Amino acid sequence: MSDNFSQFMRGAKDGFPVVIAATPFGLLFGTLAIENGFTISEAVLMSALVFAGASQMVGIELFGQNIAPWLILLSIFAVNFRHVLYSATLGRYFKHMSKSQQAIAFFFMTDPQFAASEQRGERGEKLTFAWYMGMAIPLYVFWVAEAWLGAVFGSLITDTEALGITFLLSIYFLALLMSFRGRSLFVPVVAASAMSSSIAFLTLGSPWHVSVGGVFGILVAACWPTRKREASEQ
Amino acid sequence: MMGDFLGLSDNVWIIIFAAIITYFTRVSGHLILSRFETIHPRVEAGLNAVPAAVVTAIVVPAVLTGGWAEIITVIIAVIASLRLSMMKVFFMGWVLIIALRAIGL
Repeated sequence: MSDNFSQFMRGAKDGFPVVIAATPFGLLFGTLAIENGFTISEAVLMSALVFAGASQMVGIELFGQNIAPWLILLSIFAVNFRHVLYSATLGRYFKHMSKSQQAIAFFFMTDPQFAASEQRGERGEKLTFAWYMGMAIPLYVFWVAEAWLGAVFGSLITDTEALGITFLLSIYFLALLMSFRGRSLFVPVVAASAMSSSIAFLTLGSPWHVSVGGVFGILVAACWPTRKREASEQ
Repeated sequence: MMGDFLGLSDNVWIIIFAAIITYFTRVSGHLILSRFETIHPRVEAGLNAVPAAVVTAIVVPAVLTGGWAEIITVIIAVIASLRLSMMKVFFMGWVLIIALRAIGL
């Protein structure tokens, strides 16, 4: 019991920077949702049920353009496709959880949640359900509350640029990325992802660069000659 | 657009389907992988590369579209993360980006 509680609190502490960093995006979603014809409750409902920032932004943007519903849903699927990779990767650490705990944990699997969980595995610590939810629940509660705040007070939100908050998520992910540097093939994977996602960002635009960079980085790791891989693990 | 179906607006239906599709992407990778008894070493290597590959791609636009303030912050954060904990790098980066923007970089 107390062990679960301390695990939960540890998760909350690990997730704290993400709560701060995600704030402007949560508010922005609520504001954009209203601008694109959603009601306040629809904006809150979407954040509560979908809980995936990038795809919510894409969905809401297409919504404002009166595009066919199936095309909106297809775009949301395309943006969220990276979750399939996260799911395959993280599921290996979920084996000790019960089936219902796994089902709940997958619902809350966002980008930072996935990366922080992987980092925990990196430190050799067990990925407990209590730690996982300790990170997930505050993120979720704030994300949903921000949709409401953004929807209601959107016009009052002033420029967050000066406070540097919009850049915080990048700093968070950068620090997280560096914690994976001990993994085999780190440099070739990062190089392949950086190059391919830069090209995708400049040609296809956001958010497609994430999937493109992810796929190329993974392909480099999967196709890397086996003997060289063993050497780089030394 | 088309009105209501089962008392719910089109918007709500789109949100519900979006939620189902999103949850599907979040469980499917695990459901597919858990069907296999053993994982091929190349698949294993690919999966181990997922965090670095995807997180790199997430950070790329910040560097590509950033000015001097952003680029300097990124470089210092990378160097600092060789020694400092994640949390310290995060808050140092925050202070740095505010300071650099304040001096007009």
